[in-house]
Amino acid sequence: MLSPELGHYALALACVLAAVQGIIPLIGASRRDARLMALAPGLAIGQMIALGTSFLSLIYAAVTDDFSVQNIAENSAVSKPLLYKITGVWGNHEGSILLWALILGLCGAAVAAFGRNLPSALRARVIAVLGLVATGFELFCLTTSDPFARIWPAPMDGQGMNPLLQDPGLAFHPPILYTGYVGFAVPFAFAIAALIEGRVDAAWGRWVRPWAVAAWCFLTCGIAMGSWWSYYVLGWGGYWFWDPVENASLIPWLTGTALIHSAIVVEKREALKIWTVLLAIATFSFSLSGTFLVRSGILNSVHAFANDPARGVFILGLLGVVIGGSLALFAYRAPALTAGGLFAPISREGALVLNNILLCSLCAVVLTGTMYPPFMSLLFDRTISVGKPFFDATTIPLALPLFIFMGFGPMLPWKRAQLWPVLQKLWIAAIVAALACAVAVFELSGVLAILCAAAAIWVIAASITDMAGRMRLFRVPFATSIQRARMLPRAIVGTAIAHAGVGITVLGLAAMSQAQHKIVEVPIGTTEQLAGYTWTLKAVEQEPGPNYTAMVATLEVRHNGHLVTVMHPSKRSFNSQNQTTTNVAIHTNMLADLYGVLGDKHGPDTNPTYVLRLHYNPLAPWMWLGALIMAFGGALSLSDRRMRVGAPQRAKPSSATASVS
Amino acid sequence: MTTPSDNLTRRRLLMALPLAGAGVAGVAFWKMLDGMEHGSFNPHDINTPVLNRTVPDFTLAPLPPADGFTAQDLQQITKPVLVNFFASWCIPCLAEMPTLMMLKDKLDMWGIAYKDKPENAASFLRHSGNPFTRLGDDHAGRAGIEWGISGVPETFLVGPGGVIRWHTATPLTENTINKVLLPLVHRVQTP
Repeated sequence: MLSPELGHYALALACVLAAVQGIIPLIGASRRDARLMALAPGLAIGQMIALGTSFLSLIYAAVTDDFSVQNIAENSAVSKPLLYKITGVWGNHEGSILLWALILGLCGAAVAAFGRNLPSALRARVIAVLGLVATGFELFCLTTSDPFARIWPAPMDGQGMNPLLQDPGLAFHPPILYTGYVGFAVPFAFAIAALIEGRVDAAWGRWVRPWAVAAWCFLTCGIAMGSWWSYYVLGWGGYWFWDPVENASLIPWLTGTALIHSAIVVEKREALKIWTVLLAIATFSFSLSGTFLVRSGILNSVHAFANDPARGVFILGLLGVVIGGSLALFAYRAPALTAGGLFAPISREGALVLNNILLCSLCAVVLTGTMYPPFMSLLFDRTISVGKPFFDATTIPLALPLFIFMGFGPMLPWKRAQLWPVLQKLWIAAIVAALACAVAVFELSGVLAILCAAAAIWVIAASITDMAGRMRLFRVPFATSIQRARMLPRAIVGTAIAHAGVGITVLGLAAMSQAQHKIVEVPIGTTEQLAGYTWTLKAVEQEPGPNYTAMVATLEVRHNGHLVTVMHPSKRSFNSQNQTTTNVAIHTNMLADLYGVLGDKHGPDTNPTYVLRLHYNPLAPWMWLGALIMAFGGALSLSDRRMRVGAPQRAKPSSATASVS
Repeated sequence: MTTPSDNLTRRRLLMALPLAGAGVAGVAFWKMLDGMEHGSFNPHDINTPVLNRTVPDFTLAPLPPADGFTAQDLQQITKPVLVNFFASWCIPCLAEMPTLMMLKDKLDMWGIAYKDKPENAASFLRHSGNPFTRLGDDHAGRAGIEWGISGVPETFLVGPGGVIRWHTATPLTENTINKVLLPLVHRVQTP
């Protein structure tokens, strides 16, 4: 049976398997012993099965209300709906670390299963590095945050879950975000394996890229989901708060985006090799630091996590070994890797280098803004805030050139390019962007918002132009164009789609800077005007729920006399937790969100007044839609025949490949 | 001309930079964790250097429509005053406003618009209501540094004589006001 003891045992077994997986194949690879190397895939799959058993045991205990397990007693209750009993398993520290380990195990198994075409030594080393990382986290899980710890006597009922977390969006957010974070462990392992081997070549770039793109897709979706969650659950009408928890996911996303672009240069031109290795290490390091520093409580955040400094010390030690170890190996081995060839500034690779510089500068800015307050507090005992004004003033000027060059980049040929022919192809896009800029001057206020909107239109128009050019649209019969579009490599179509997705997100962000809001304290029956809509508070009623009582408002919204929607924003008081949540009502027509929040009730019961917060958020859904389109573009390029894992054969060692002397 | 060995040394130094950076960050994090364990460093409970001291020296431009104020004005008060740092770009401040409006009749409130353009702050107060009797404009954020705030909204209760009696770095809620703030105001008023 799936008992907590079995789960605990399976976790310990996974830890032992991971340790063996981390050591034996490495020895095998250095001795060129094929039998030892061949153990790697089996061990990785075994570790994954053990972790899966462990995770299933925890879910089973949660579903069957086994309150003798401390983790479940503290976070679950009999009355909790089944979905949240399952998803609640990863809604707390111990369970989420176990999920983390499980995803790492899945990554190892995926390399074992799909990496058959990799050279055996490289595959053995990659799997071994993943095993070593996994050992650390499984030890962490076992020693300091055991999800299977028992309590005696077992309580009759659990303490229930934080009502704020009882939400379908948040239930599936962690697995997706973690898959993004942990997925970057694979490029990291490839980088370490390459450093051990002392060899980075075009084939290496091609092997790394699909893994990085897959992780990037998940991270993009994860960040978008997190932002969407804070938009509709926190009820403040905002979508991004530059909170340390949010920045912790944005930083690896920025370096990860740089990585998927620089890996292309490694593959096509055998340049930027050392840089790409460093990016692969940095991205995973930031993923690790982000998830774990947030949990240690060092970073001050609105998202409260239980913090325990003792746990923090273990985490820091682990981070020291993983990040310090890999950077030490980098410092020792990278200088001996041969540098790549020279290239002209105006070329595809030149544009990709520029992309890397801008993305990494953005990353440095966000990192500085996030880490400055705790460092100031540590060094000078002075608290200081870094908020939205800092991030707006620093990130937008860096992002704008990035968007402008995003339009050119994919159209430039490799090696040596001429700017003029590309500009000629893009004149329609440039005119469209200029028109958009002119419209934006009238529609939007704020120079940065206008420039961002124009840049977004430019990116979208340039992506469409690129696709149209490759399809020879309007130059050959339409059917031939469609035929050509089908024949285009998926990676190229994926790039255009992902870039257009960026444009859509930025357009949403620019429009959101024009959001309007209004706070009023009104009796029932009052009508308010906002953004051309007439909002009427019709009624407020008490409604009982399964484990809460709700105060539900009926809010009628009319536009030019026509009924647009009836919204029901509410406020829930949870009996067991003595906590209230605001449930926002959102009505969207995809061009704008109408967003209503019910606040406190004031005054006597005979004639009460209610605080109402009304928001009009133009193009709000586009921010997340754009992110989904980016991820879709990434996924599409993954399906490219040329990107298939392990498809390419490594060139015979020659003077062209990098090797340690 | 650099010789190949010079070049290699330079590369070695360059490649060791990430390690050095990570090392410095690691030591700093270790110090923070150590401080958290011994209670000397707590990022959540913001340690306000000005608590139970006289208000720091600061100057503010007035923010129309209300009068501005200075440290001297706060030192001469005879009744407690609530000093609230807010900004039009801060969404929690927006969420806090109805609570402040409710408190308006019970307590004198002076507002400081932190890192905000005066016109934005004024329009924010026009839309969400203005609970403040005096308003200062801290566009450059200098007063915020003097007071040692870690973000907005942040609220200080200043007692007679300009001594800071209480402080919170989270949006005020009705619960905090009734359970903590108002009893304290009562105590401060009747010495």
